[in-house]
Amino acid sequence: MKELRLMKGNEAVAEGAIRAGADGYFGYPITPQSEVMEYLMAQQPEKRTGMVVLQAESEVAAINMVYGAASTGKRVMTSSSSPGISLMQEGISYLAGAELPCLLLNVARGGPGLGTIQPSQADYFQSVKGGGHGDYQLIVLAPSSVQEMFDFAFLGFDLAFKYRNPVLMLSDGLIGQMMEKVELCEQLPRVTHFDRSWTLTGKPDGQERNIVTSLDLDASRQEIHNQHLQEKYRQCKENEVRFELLNTDDAEYLFVAYGSSARICQKAIQLGREEGIKIGLLRPITLWPFPAKPLSELAPRMKGILSVEQSAGQMVEDVRLSAGCGVHIEHYGRMGGMIPTPEQVLENLKKLLITK
Amino acid sequence: MAKMKGAIVVDIEKCKGCEVCRVACPNDVIAIAQEVNHKGYHYAYQEHQENCVGCANCAVVCPDGVITVYKVKLSD
Amino acid sequence: MDIKDIIKPENLVYQKTPLMTDKTLSYCPGCGHGTAHRIVMEVIEEMGIQSETIGVAPVGCSVLAYDFMNVDMVGASHGRAPAVATGIKRCWPEKFVYTYQGDGDLAAIGTAETIHAANRGENITIIFINNGIYGMTGGQMAPTTLEGMKTSTSPYGRDLKSMGNPLKMTELLAQLPGTCYVSRQSVHSPRNVRRAKKAIRAAFESQKANKGLSLVEIVSNCNSGWKMEPVASNEWMVEHMFPFYPLGDLKVDGKLVNNQ
Ligand SMILES: Cc1ncc(C[n+]2csc(CCOP(=O)(O)OP(=O)(O)O)c2C)c(N)n1
Ligand code: SF4
Ligand code: SF4
Ligand code: SF4
Ligand SMILES: [Mg+2]
Repeated sequence: MKELRLMKGNEAVAEGAIRAGADGYFGYPITPQSEVMEYLMAQQPEKRTGMVVLQAESEVAAINMVYGAASTGKRVMTSSSSPGISLMQEGISYLAGAELPCLLLNVARGGPGLGTIQPSQADYFQSVKGGGHGDYQLIVLAPSSVQEMFDFAFLGFDLAFKYRNPVLMLSDGLIGQMMEKVELCEQLPRVTHFDRSWTLTGKPDGQERNIVTSLDLDASRQEIHNQHLQEKYRQCKENEVRFELLNTDDAEYLFVAYGSSARICQKAIQLGREEGIKIGLLRPITLWPFPAKPLSELAPRMKGILSVEQSAGQMVEDVRLSAGCGVHIEHYGRMGGMIPTPEQVLENLKKLLITK
Repeated sequence: MAKMKGAIVVDIEKCKGCEVCRVACPNDVIAIAQEVNHKGYHYAYQEHQENCVGCANCAVVCPDGVITVYKVKLSD
Repeated sequence: MDIKDIIKPENLVYQKTPLMTDKTLSYCPGCGHGTAHRIVMEVIEEMGIQSETIGVAPVGCSVLAYDFMNVDMVGASHGRAPAVATGIKRCWPEKFVYTYQGDGDLAAIGTAETIHAANRGENITIIFINNGIYGMTGGQMAPTTLEGMKTSTSPYGRDLKSMGNPLKMTELLAQLPGTCYVSRQSVHSPRNVRRAKKAIRAAFESQKANKGLSLVEIVSNCNSGWKMEPVASNEWMVEHMFPFYPLGDLKVDGKLVNNQ
């Protein structure tokens, strides 16, 4: 029998983490994601599955607790919102450098600075283009429903361990706060086997000890480590691109939008088609690796492409890079926590791509 | 009464000539060599081996852990 | 008696513990870091807990501590070792977890992580090397730098009015209910090394008994940063550091020691 529940996005991801067999959560309160830790604390996962939940003294401490916990080979995570994610960047770079798996969640809000508590997608660059220092990549998943907030906890941990790399779920205040029906799946057992090739379990007698670090003072070895990371990212690009197409078969115009913007675009497509404008949607599910190939294949068939984001235009750069020249590409978005209506999106498609 | 007779072995290639052991030795056993090791440090050696009682003071304070200590009990 | 008759395996009384690797230490000649490393490893060897211990190396001169300490180890970012140790300990509550941190690491950039780990009573052990300076980056002023002490960022001596006061983190931490055993030691003389080792043993025993956070501060020299010969730096330390950072136990079994 299906287990259905009406949940907030922030609750769904927390429930998903418990059921995905997470071993630990370390976080610090910030709107609009505080429900993640609140839900976890209320659930007492220590009793349900043995999962540890700890409120840290800051996001800096939280990400470093994740770093330490991840070095044991356990499934651990944190969540925050934009300013807190900024504070975590040094730790995230260390996690990537030391090749530690973990799940990170950004329920993004408007910036810059303290900005606002309203939803935003202005952390795209921070998420997919580094954010912290050094040549590293996060695998970035963009849920666009409460169901995906739940599902991506599972997918996120799977990818994190497959590539021994941090996985970031880039959500926003809209997806985090809204309530939808979620189909829950069964509880996975917590992992009990730890791969001694890299995890810290205490040096077994007669075996070599393990060292987890991102440091190598020898530049030539550090370069080799970097090349290894780049090779890993290349494989990830080859194998892990995820996206969804909607109404693209006969489309003459294309929206590219993720997360909450993709939801708004769905409605805008419906409105457009009622007026006879054939619009489709490409929704990147992985923002990194970006669905460059499917976009490059669709682009030549389009009269125009509109990248819709709640930002000043960040993903549009990747859209332009992927689609190539010869296609008319524009960006439409609102900023600072404002959410565009489907009518505004359609109107801007007409204004920017059709009447121009 | 039993008398202690000791001996130390300094891993001179790893010694950094800091003299901390020399100061710690209660019997002035240790001196610093005129010669240098491959790293360029004047290393520690036992100048007055006969005075060593094997108390291990030198080894215990050696920051680089390069001194090994032996001791025998002599009965007179 | 010939020296050859003394140097025999059966007469061995002291040898570097196998829990220290054979790598040559990266520290300056005479630096207390090496001695501190060794006695931590001797305690782990004597307790027979090598296979159950996970260490956290900081950023500072001891950033490469994991090259020398032969246990599972992780390198933390600057100041965050107590948070990293918290993450490990919460995942492996039954294992021994320790951090090894300098004074810049513990008392400046990582003050919050240190105080909160202590305040939560995280059942970890912190080895805190206080040399009154930032050794690794070339001898800049630390929060622990004494009044009037010259460093590369206080070239005319630390001026309390503009640069603040030297911070006694260990006294502060001893006040917190989450700490169980707190002690301040040094490793410049054989007697002090033996005492410091006893303190480190007590700290790990307290962790074993699940009593909360244990911390051993080791007041140490940084002869390079202080621009002195090693032996002279130890003498300077005795004369100037110890009056401000007095040695001895500050807290035993959760109770403050009064005669401090
Ligand atoms: C975030 C960050 N800031 C600054 C540094 C540079 N840094 C490296 S070590 C260090 C100070 C270390 O001093 P201390 O903790 O006292 O250790 P010591 O070298 O004296 O043993 C600093 C500031 C860094 N690595 N990371
Ligand atoms: S203390 Fe050790 S390193 Fe220093 S001089 Fe003596 S033997 Fe050499
Ligand atoms: S063992 Fe004792 S007596 Fe012998 S050299 Fe070392 S400190 Fe001196
Ligand atoms: S700089 Fe100072 S603390 Fe660092 S190794 Fe040299 S003497 Fe030791
Ligand atoms: Mg220091």
